[in-house]
Amino acid sequence: MTNIMRQNKTLKIIGVILLLGLFIYYAQNNLDSYKIRILNLCAINIILTLSLNLTNGFCGMFSLGTAGFMAIGAYTSAILTMPPEVKQMNFFMSPMNQHLMNLNAPFIVALIMAGLLAALVGFLIGAPVLKLKGDYLAIATLGFGEIIGVVFTNTQTITNGALGLKGIPQYTNLYWGFSLAVLTILGLMTLLNSSYGRAFKAIREDETAAQAMGINLFYHKSLAFAISAFLAGVGGALMANLLSTIDPTMFKFTYTYQILLMVVLGGMGSITGSIMSATIMTIMMEALRAVESTIDLGFVTIPGIPGMRMVIFSIILIAVVLFLKNGIMGENELTFETLEKAIQRFQSKKGRENHEPTRG
Amino acid sequence: MKIKNLHKFLALSIAVLLMFSILAGCGSQQASQSKNQGESNAGEASGDKIVIGVYEPMTGASAAGGQMTVEGIELAKEMFPEVLGKRVELSIQDNKTDKTEAANAVSRLIERDKVQVIIGSYGSSLSMAGGQVAKDMGVPVIGCSPTNPLVTLNNDYYFRVCFIDPFQGTVMAKYAVNTLNAKKAAMIMDVSNDYSVGLCNYFREAFIALTGDANAIVAEAKYKTGDQDFTAQLTNIKDLAPDVIFAPGNYGESALLIKQARDLGITAPFLGGDTYEAPEFIEIGGQAVEGVAFSTHYTAEAPVTEVSKKFLDAYKQKYGKEPTAFAALGFDAYLVALEAIERAGVYEAKAIRDELAKTANFEGATGIITLDENGDANKSAVIKQVKDGKFVYIETIQPE
Amino acid sequence: MTFELFVQHLVNGISLGSLYALIAIGYTMVYGIIRLINFAHGDIITLAAYFVFFGVGLFAMPWWLAAILSIILTAITGIIIEKAAYKPLRSKNAPRISLLISAIGVSFFIENVSTVVFGGRPKSFYSPEIFKGVIKAGGISIPNLSVIIPIVTAVLLIALVYLVNKTVTGMSMRACSKDMDTAKLMGIDVDRVISLTFCIGSALAAIGGIMWGLKYPQIHPLIGVMPGLKCFIAAVVGGIGNIPGAVVGGMLLGLGEILLVAFLPGLSGYRDAFAFIILILILLFRPTGILGEKIAEKV
Repeated sequence: MTNIMRQNKTLKIIGVILLLGLFIYYAQNNLDSYKIRILNLCAINIILTLSLNLTNGFCGMFSLGTAGFMAIGAYTSAILTMPPEVKQMNFFMSPMNQHLMNLNAPFIVALIMAGLLAALVGFLIGAPVLKLKGDYLAIATLGFGEIIGVVFTNTQTITNGALGLKGIPQYTNLYWGFSLAVLTILGLMTLLNSSYGRAFKAIREDETAAQAMGINLFYHKSLAFAISAFLAGVGGALMANLLSTIDPTMFKFTYTYQILLMVVLGGMGSITGSIMSATIMTIMMEALRAVESTIDLGFVTIPGIPGMRMVIFSIILIAVVLFLKNGIMGENELTFETLEKAIQRFQSKKGRENHEPTRG
Repeated sequence: MKIKNLHKFLALSIAVLLMFSILAGCGSQQASQSKNQGESNAGEASGDKIVIGVYEPMTGASAAGGQMTVEGIELAKEMFPEVLGKRVELSIQDNKTDKTEAANAVSRLIERDKVQVIIGSYGSSLSMAGGQVAKDMGVPVIGCSPTNPLVTLNNDYYFRVCFIDPFQGTVMAKYAVNTLNAKKAAMIMDVSNDYSVGLCNYFREAFIALTGDANAIVAEAKYKTGDQDFTAQLTNIKDLAPDVIFAPGNYGESALLIKQARDLGITAPFLGGDTYEAPEFIEIGGQAVEGVAFSTHYTAEAPVTEVSKKFLDAYKQKYGKEPTAFAALGFDAYLVALEAIERAGVYEAKAIRDELAKTANFEGATGIITLDENGDANKSAVIKQVKDGKFVYIETIQPE
Repeated sequence: MTFELFVQHLVNGISLGSLYALIAIGYTMVYGIIRLINFAHGDIITLAAYFVFFGVGLFAMPWWLAAILSIILTAITGIIIEKAAYKPLRSKNAPRISLLISAIGVSFFIENVSTVVFGGRPKSFYSPEIFKGVIKAGGISIPNLSVIIPIVTAVLLIALVYLVNKTVTGMSMRACSKDMDTAKLMGIDVDRVISLTFCIGSALAAIGGIMWGLKYPQIHPLIGVMPGLKCFIAAVVGGIGNIPGAVVGGMLLGLGEILLVAFLPGLSGYRDAFAFIILILILLFRPTGILGEKIAEKV
């Protein structure tokens, strides 16, 4: 019985992926580029939210370094995918480092390298600070993000400094974005259902107890941190190849705050929660533009207040933390079982309603 | 430790990858077809109005510049509200000084509002982000004040009514050597600001060439946007006693910097770029910024053209204060756009783009505008100085 | 480097360091009691400066009156923030991470509301003539403020140390800091103590903000962000929870930043990174800070 049910689950997952594939196929060909751009951002934000959720939600390590790893990934991918003539044009002020000038690689390689480099840096700088607790780790990782930004601003011959890079080939499309998102989701699901996942949760609940139980703190924490950095690097690379232009100032900790908001909203410790909140927030960011331009309700015009969007977001963050402590999903997942049970309950309620009139 | 579900994960991943690669193959063909269709759709000027897009930073770090520019654009629209017999409407999108937002804003302008020409943005990095989207979708953009050469390079759809960094840096070097007789200079650069980096680079080249001294630049200090304490860098510079100090950067940091320099006892004249031209620069700097000189696009005192005078009067009447160069550039960008639409005879992106490329000897508030093959404006620069708490015109420097 | 040049750098460093110290004290007080990095501290600094700005600009008050009102208003704001955003989480015994997220949210909120209400453009901060003067001693310039700020910091330091060590209120603060639950059992009104701490901490932030505005007379919604972070680092370096430690940390950080640029001018673009590198080094090698005490971790 259980075997058949498990098989059904795999089939269901494949079913969901197929549906997603059909939707993307439809979207790529029929939606206007504005909506496609929003969908691309959704996919990237899903990957970034999952990256932050891995460390903060599942492992209990409060890391704020996402923006820095994104920067590493973005620049790696940019340097690897830009053809030499475009690089020549970009580095018109100080010539680029000769070794980097001729580097070129297909997108998939660039993505992997972006992730790997981010993971490597993540491991190198993360390893020393991982033993720090809550608040200190937060500030330390925040500091790393800043340091990475400062380094990129000053290394004119490698990153073109403040001038930024332009003309990055726009390889990111819905297929790349969503297949990577799906791979991330599947990968994380697998990881978290394994003994690694249980170790992470143990560390999150009580580090000392986990250590006493024989879990190697350093190994597991570094692993979570490195994987999270890898995902953030991939997210950054996708972003670079979507926007076609990057510069060091766009990867500030404001960005990390936005991702943090998505993690908290979705539930720290829930994959499906992160997916939902990332999608909702990305769409809302655009939808809320209405608040910033005049709203014409026919009988009254509410003047637009620029900047209200971000005020609303900060209110949401505080409200979620205060009232909806565990986000939308808390630590639960929206599994097929939950969906089916919900449907069953809905059906039986309907059935009871039909029976009621006949009772006395 | 074994991962029990590893084989399942691999199987699923391969399935996913296979499926997407197949779809991607079919999809890309279709996508290119629909894109070509989209481009040939001339923008329907819905009813009797024409919507021109504007994307500027109204909030965020560059809010000041964006707001000043929009003031000029809106003034221009008030004075010239019609083209091709139809009413003009502006769709102003805030790009929040964020690259992603800039791209979204342009995307939205083209998709939602169906604009066929766009004005913007203050800030070269924002312009580059928006410019890519505009180029992909075939809609021309006119920049008012972005000065990084990269903005128009390799982009046939981006134009600008202002001069670019290479010219501005050289202008100040000429002023320093010819008018101030400087032999040695120090530079203070905001490394996180592409404008500052660019200007310093060209100033350095020009200054060394003009003085013939390879060591003419005695010091290059650095800071970042948002810094407030420059005493360490300034103390080092004071020790080297340069004849002049070139410090292009945002007006807030620059005003603080100059004030701290004067407090430290540095008496050398300070030079800067067009970002100094904001009333707050004098407010924050106070007595310290007296005598500071900078290059900019426009001056009310020596109105370059008839249009300058008209603009100056209209601006003073509408806003009750002296216009900034950014407002004047915004004004000019709008007029250039209108001209191109009139010449094209139809409100359609490609036609407008081609007419824009032919813009020559256009009389704007900031001077005579001719766009070169890159889409950059070949114009003279104006040098201004702070005297008695006001911006005062000194001289004009012509392009070569 | 000449001696005169070095002395000038020292003067600059002390000037900056004492300002950092002033703000770090507020940070360390709050952290000492409720173990929360108040991310909003930097933004409270900004608010205080804006209160003075509007007091003088909009209501045409004399400067000293605007300053006093600003301190009071800021202290009240601090208490409001505590009651609205932190207290509900404390009473629910929420994990520390929630408190931290709430602090980040408050910081974000203040920054964005300020941007909407005050506008993002940097404006000029009014300062009376006495603060603008410069003393010239030989070839060295010492701005008046560079003398005033260390004096203010020293006075406040002494006042606070007296408060914490010699008064009953101070004793209850120390008790809460050592062990909150036992303090409650001993009959101390913990909520009142915490509110008082926030009040004092915010007032200190206000003084810091006003001094900051005087020294760097440019005001915009984000001026408090970097100082806020750096002053937290200063507090950690000196030993979090330890008031004299905060002063030591602040001075070290200020001096360090200036001397880094003094001796390695090519690295002046990396100045911000310096503070964070110091933080990481301290956390790795002496996590309790220079003047901190070792705390055993109970299992």
